[in-house]
Amino acid sequence: MSFLNSIPIGQYVPRNSFLHQCDPRSKLLFVFFFIIFIFLANSLYAFLFVAAVSVIGIVMSRIPVIYILRGLKPALWIILLTVVLQIFTNKEGELLFSWRFIEIHEKGLVNAGFVSARIILLMMSASLLTLTTSPIQLTDGLESLFSPLRRFKFPAHELALMMSISLRFIPTLLEETDKIAKAQMSRGASFSSGSIVKRINGIIPLIVPLFVQSFRRAEELAFAMEARGYRGGEGRTKYRQLRYGGRDAMLLIVMIVIAVIVLLLRA
Amino acid sequence: MVVVSKAIIRLADVSFSYEGAEERALQGVSFTVEKGEFLSIIGHNGSGKSTLAKLLNGLLLPSEGKIEVNGIPTADDAHIWEVRKVVGMVFQNPDNQFVAPTVEDDIAFGMENIGVPPVDMEARIQDALEQVNMTGFRTAEPNRLSGGQKQRVAIAGALAIQPAVLVLDEATAMLDPRGRKEVLEVVQRMNREAGMTVIQITHYLEETLDSDRIIVMDGGRLVGEGTPESVYQQVDWLRRLGLDVPFACDLQYRLQQKGFRFSTLKMTGEGVLDSLWTSD
Repeated sequence: MSFLNSIPIGQYVPRNSFLHQCDPRSKLLFVFFFIIFIFLANSLYAFLFVAAVSVIGIVMSRIPVIYILRGLKPALWIILLTVVLQIFTNKEGELLFSWRFIEIHEKGLVNAGFVSARIILLMMSASLLTLTTSPIQLTDGLESLFSPLRRFKFPAHELALMMSISLRFIPTLLEETDKIAKAQMSRGASFSSGSIVKRINGIIPLIVPLFVQSFRRAEELAFAMEARGYRGGEGRTKYRQLRYGGRDAMLLIVMIVIAVIVLLLRA
Repeated sequence: MVVVSKAIIRLADVSFSYEGAEERALQGVSFTVEKGEFLSIIGHNGSGKSTLAKLLNGLLLPSEGKIEVNGIPTADDAHIWEVRKVVGMVFQNPDNQFVAPTVEDDIAFGMENIGVPPVDMEARIQDALEQVNMTGFRTAEPNRLSGGQKQRVAIAGALAIQPAVLVLDEATAMLDPRGRKEVLEVVQRMNREAGMTVIQITHYLEETLDSDRIIVMDGGRLVGEGTPESVYQQVDWLRRLGLDVPFACDLQYRLQQKGFRFSTLKMTGEGVLDSLWTSD
């Protein structure tokens, strides 16, 4: 299963760590605020501090570093782009290098470093969340966090269900893509040779059957859900009950401490 | 045969046509399903049998006529959820009825829908898994299961709601022979031991040999009804309807044409063998 091996970044890795056992809601909130702190940290020391916190988090999660690094891969292009933009367009600070129209200023280098480090930290903390939280916990957590908004007609339950069904169908659709690709290859299609235009065109006979099949699946799934008594979030109970515990209180305290330190270290 | 006590589903002159379709998918179908019965509905593709299945729990509503489940009409919007609690359903494609990312969560899905208190779910999941012999797969993900295992989980999901009737809408059609056998065994045991009413819709006639009753559908009409012995006597007629006659019945039919006499129609190869060497 070639498509199955290239399974996306940030997939849940079961371990028995402190972070794994925290309530998904507290982890979601923690990461949300931590990302804000990453942006608030504008001095070198504040920045080193949030970076240290991220490293401690990774160590505590007992997740092999390779998983975290793999999570950075999709951000590589964005990082590269921002670095290039910062270095060549920022004209502040001392002039360090100039050749014809290219000028590199001190501020540009510093900013490039800061921005890319920020993106790396951001991706790291986000993937640490999905690596330590199973998809079902994640969607349950989101549903629970957003459920107060139901009063304002915000479809918290529906969004969570949609998310969990999409996650559930990722392996099924990957398998199907693989099957269709093989079927098309046996008819002479090629996905790995020829010009870029040719290759992009080659994707069409893959995408179209996949879409048709997905619609069929969706219809059947809707029938099956209705047959099992699904009628929206109203009057529904939950098998998995979320409960805050001592760990979550600790996480909260840690977050407050981080907030205070970041604010003190800010320039 | 199971002792017949009381009708649980009643169809009276039911017709159905899909929107925009000229022809009717079902035409004037009437029958009752008794409590505890194992009923098989057979017919070739397009005979209306799958449409019939979806009418039994109100997924589709009859264009004409009336269907009652436990006395509740399926067209009664206010009580349709009661109907779906009584009639559990398993569909053809094992992948397209798996809602949650793990086995236990999927079994819980139906219970969550009908508002079972969370404290009771644990025991009911365990119970349902035991009934389908899948206790070891509680936390498994669907893509790690075989087709037969997925269908057994689907049955467990239906059982957790504790329905009185289980409808299998070609639930074995996409399975390999081993998966088919696993599913059939589970269903037959449910029927015998728990008194579950089972309505099996299939075009594998071999799977219907142990049924209490068989209903034959063709062109949206109910064209035949009876015990397996009486239905499978009519080999020529079944062939004309495009159905494959079970091996043992076909064998006896051919032997009869060669002049052999059978006092009763046997449903298994061993049965045929027995009557061959004991006949005079």
